Amino acid sequence: MMKHSVILEYKRCRGCTTCIKNCPTEAIRVRRGKAAILNERCIDCGKCIQVCPHKAVKSVSDSLEKLEKYKFRVALPEPALYGQFQNLGDVDIVLSALLEVGFQKVYETARAAEILSDYARRSLRDGGEGPVPQISSACPTVLRLIRMRFPKLIPNIAATITPVELAAILARREAAAETGLPPEEIGVFSIVPCSSQVTAAHAPEYLQKPVLDGAFSIRDLYLRLLGPMRHLKERRNLSSAGIMGVGWAYCGGESAARLGQSYLAVDGIENCIRMLEEIEDGRLPEAGFIELRACTQGCVGGCFTVENPYGARMRIKNLMRGLPVSRNRFNLQGPDRDLVKGDRELQYHPALRLDQDRGAAMEKLLRIDELFHSLPGLDCGSCGAPSCHALAEDVVLGRASLEDCIFKVRERMQYMAGAGEADEYLPAPFRQRRTPEHRGGSHSKEGGSSP
Amino acid sequence: MGDLKLTYQVDGGDLLQAGEASSQMKMALKKLDLPPEVIRKASICMYEGEINMVIHADGGHVEVTVGMDAITIRLVDQGPGIPDVDKAMEEGFTTAGDVARDLGFGAGMGLPNMKRYSDEMEIDTTVGVGTTVTMRIHIA
Ligand SMILES: Nc1ncnc2c1ncn2[C@@H]1O[C@H](COP(=O)(O)OP(=O)(O)OP(=O)(O)O)[C@@H](O)[C@H]1O
Ligand SMILES: [Mg+2]
Repeated sequence: MMKHSVILEYKRCRGCTTCIKNCPTEAIRVRRGKAAILNERCIDCGKCIQVCPHKAVKSVSDSLEKLEKYKFRVALPEPALYGQFQNLGDVDIVLSALLEVGFQKVYETARAAEILSDYARRSLRDGGEGPVPQISSACPTVLRLIRMRFPKLIPNIAATITPVELAAILARREAAAETGLPPEEIGVFSIVPCSSQVTAAHAPEYLQKPVLDGAFSIRDLYLRLLGPMRHLKERRNLSSAGIMGVGWAYCGGESAARLGQSYLAVDGIENCIRMLEEIEDGRLPEAGFIELRACTQGCVGGCFTVENPYGARMRIKNLMRGLPVSRNRFNLQGPDRDLVKGDRELQYHPALRLDQDRGAAMEKLLRIDELFHSLPGLDCGSCGAPSCHALAEDVVLGRASLEDCIFKVRERMQYMAGAGEADEYLPAPFRQRRTPEHRGGSHSKEGGSSP
Repeated sequence: MGDLKLTYQVDGGDLLQAGEASSQMKMALKKLDLPPEVIRKASICMYEGEINMVIHADGGHVEVTVGMDAITIRLVDQGPGIPDVDKAMEEGFTTAGDVARDLGFGAGMGLPNMKRYSDEMEIDTTVGVGTTVTMRIHIA
């Protein structure tokens, strides 16, 4: 079972249909007036967190108290953090401030990103790895999506771990060498822009065991950093990544660092799904590399960021001008060369499968189809499922009853009460009879409307 | 006391190295404890010039002279030269290709920035022979 960081704050949820309608994997239902997440289907994209009008959906990142468990604490800031502050003239300011809020060492995730970019360029020079197009492995939500919905494309995913994972491995080594402390006294924490990276910190995709001790959200650290950034005790020269690494903060940055390979950079989970459909059908033979990011504009659009994605991207671009192009190379030697790769394969996660048995699955599919055609097709969400099709599926899988459909109830009412009266049981948009104050569709036909 | 001379080679074949020389110079200037504003101006000028050398001229070398009253940065390349300097100085004019643009270059702001942040600037260029850009930043 996949662990998740997206949770519901029960008291705040009013049972509206906003989240169920926006969930790209139809992983939410409303039951007894509250949203409920189908764990098997959640890919931690954070969309529900962003759309909930009552701020009832949240993501739990680790509590900062966790720092106290370790003698020596290392921060791995994602480059998206740099885009959150106004007038940040220099990356050193935010990195130095991290040393004043509880960390003893900073290792930029952007450094590891540069190492991975260099690794990718080298393997491209050697003819490339795996089937074309290669799909970026950097966004854990995209990996979960592919594992669940596009298993055929699993072999196309780059074999490399994420920048923050590589950063954790390298930073832990550096910290151990610098301090001589035993591993259990060194705590390595990522500072991340999204729920997806929190989940990945505890349940990595490509690694059997987590390499991070925890993940903090950019939001949680933002306010703490502001003070120290304004009155830095000591401004140190810590910035050690270049344009290429920092550019991973926004969609297109990873691709640009591959230097001239034909690529497609796609942001937003819905766009990613559409693109994956196309790749699956072999409709994009030209692209050598596909960068997919679940959030708008990439990691700068994560649900844990403070600044809007476009502003953050602009700020990061401004910061980049002045940085060297790249400052870190893939120069790992011997067995260490494999550190950039995971130690397990990505597995198909059959959360959409109707039944393990193909015959039974077919039967269920037929019944879903039948039921679906008996439903009104309005996708109103009143039943608690995001669409009529989802309700049909829920009914067949035993997760819901056909009586959950208000129209089905109406049919029964009609039967019991006689024709005409059933309208009273429906919300206004669905009533059939015309009421005097709502003239509706016939209005324009009569020629009475003026734009 | 004599002037301090620093020389940096800029490898044109390696886009990945672009900006390295500027970082090194910045570090050296910091060690001299020059006014931060002077360091900032010199860093911007050198950075833009160095990037231009890599992207447009296949590399070259940079001579930085630190005197008591000014920093002089001289960027020398044997690249294609600039056919129309006035045009090249316009904000937004660029001939940068896609790869450079993907990395955020090619806004046509380099030369205008160099002009803005230096106190004196001179471009000596011949098509087919090369370009030398000399900038002076005063230490007030
Ligand atoms: N050293 C050089 N050798 C040859 N041509 C150059 C050189 N420096 C600049 N140029 C020409 O002048 C143009 C303008 O340069 P400028 O630095 O202002 O903009 P850019 O380099 O194109 O973009 P940006 O600097 O914003 O990344 C360049 O596009 C190029 O055609
Ligand atoms: Mg330029």
